[in-house]
Amino acid sequence: MFLKDYISDVVNGVSSLLKGMRKTGYYFTHPKEIITEQYPDNRATLLLSERFKGEVVMPHDANNEHTCTGCTACELACPNGTIKVVTKFEVSPEGKKKKAIDTLVYRLELCTMCNLCIVACPSDAIKMAPNFEHSVFDRTKLTKVLNQPGSKIREGIE
Amino acid sequence: MYNQTEIIKDTSELGADGELVINMGPQHPATHGVLHLVVTLNGETIKKIEPHLGFIHRSIEKMCESLTYRQFIYVTSRMDYLSSHINNLGCALLVEKGMQIEVPERAKYIRVILSELTRIASHELWLGAMAMDLGAFTPFFYAFREREMITDIMEDTCGARLTMNYIVPGGLMYDLHPDFQKKVKAFITQFKSKVTEYEDLVTNNIIFQSRTKGVGILSAEDAISYGCTGPVARASGVSCDIRKIYPYEVYDKVEFDEVIETAGDSFARYIVRVKEMNQSIRIIEQLIDNIPEGDFVGKTKNVLKLPKGEFYSRVETARGEFGVYVVSEGGTTPHRIKFRSPGFSNLSVLNHIAAGGMIGDLMASMGTLDLVIPDIDR
Repeated sequence: MFLKDYISDVVNGVSSLLKGMRKTGYYFTHPKEIITEQYPDNRATLLLSERFKGEVVMPHDANNEHTCTGCTACELACPNGTIKVVTKFEVSPEGKKKKAIDTLVYRLELCTMCNLCIVACPSDAIKMAPNFEHSVFDRTKLTKVLNQPGSKIREGIE
Repeated sequence: MYNQTEIIKDTSELGADGELVINMGPQHPATHGVLHLVVTLNGETIKKIEPHLGFIHRSIEKMCESLTYRQFIYVTSRMDYLSSHINNLGCALLVEKGMQIEVPERAKYIRVILSELTRIASHELWLGAMAMDLGAFTPFFYAFREREMITDIMEDTCGARLTMNYIVPGGLMYDLHPDFQKKVKAFITQFKSKVTEYEDLVTNNIIFQSRTKGVGILSAEDAISYGCTGPVARASGVSCDIRKIYPYEVYDKVEFDEVIETAGDSFARYIVRVKEMNQSIRIIEQLIDNIPEGDFVGKTKNVLKLPKGEFYSRVETARGEFGVYVVSEGGTTPHRIKFRSPGFSNLSVLNHIAAGGMIGDLMASMGTLDLVIPDIDR
């Protein structure tokens, strides 16, 4: 009986091994089935989904205008204190005072990409961009000012 | 050459009765998934296992006390990062239950489909990592191939691959991506054609079977008394699927079986998870063509305030029962919050099932418990 068990163990072992090796051999001879992407080399063709949450950006149009009113809804929605809105008062030619943003400071190193600021924004002034290569040598470079220098609020946005 | 016994005499860790204490520990405290096991050995036999926690403690429960009911959901993605979507769902269910927020049908269907996709992704990763723990490297790549399709679907719809934060109280953050149904169907066909590969490579492998069968046996009584949930308890014959017992969302409308094995060993835990993937596919197939039209988010107030009192909600994650307990004082933030994570209870059973066995079997026992350390040590 011992010999019989021994032989059946060997046969079972070899057959299960061959079954697995057949799969390995299949992929070895069918390189088209392999889906590995060679990441740093395929940067030019690498497409991320448009919804991918990589960093917060503020879109500006051709006239260097944005739609941020400085309502600080994003600052209140943020769980980590990533966004800081610095507001100022602009005096229009008619002498009216109007609230506007001076700077919108965004600290990428604190951001967890939870998207709550984007949802909270009433005027769609900020959005998520699919950039994911954020490595820098100096930590201070991660603190960004989102509004471009000299930009102002688009007409008609309250 | 040194004599073997002389070397052991030199180590100060050797106990009085021939015990040797070794640290199966983190290679580096900053890597993820750091679990430190202090294993007391007598020869190759394990006498005692003592898990040391605290390397990845972030005091999430305390953090949540300073976050509003919209904000605290994202933190739970960082606990059990493999079923982050289901954790988020548990928190959102609590807020909806406490404030009686109506959730649109469409949101409920999408939540369930994404939960099941998350469960499959989690089990796929576990299957690959488990086989790798036992020395088989190839299944890891095959499991990740199918998991990659799910992460792509998640990336399209939720905008993130792991820490989704797609669920808000009242519904969802966005509507579905237009390609969602097409991609999910493509995944189902791919998964069904490739699932036989796992059986060839892992399930029917004689080495894998002899390393897991009869190893780390957990009886049904012990599973209950240690508080085990999920596949660990179901492999011991305990019926504990929250989706069946306390159905949430649309789980009462779909047909699926609760997978129960009775052997209680590592192989049974493996089989339960593989069969659960097929049941998840079955749930998705029933729902994917029937997503109702309509809103994806219900009407909620701008500032969410839970009424004064205590609230509890539970969901079935890939690892077991995830519970959220909130004591509210009526303000915008929770007064006290407690998460019941499945991993912690499942880890506590490790000493019970592995002590007395061989040190080589510890890997099989630990691997089939499916431990996610940030979930244990939150």
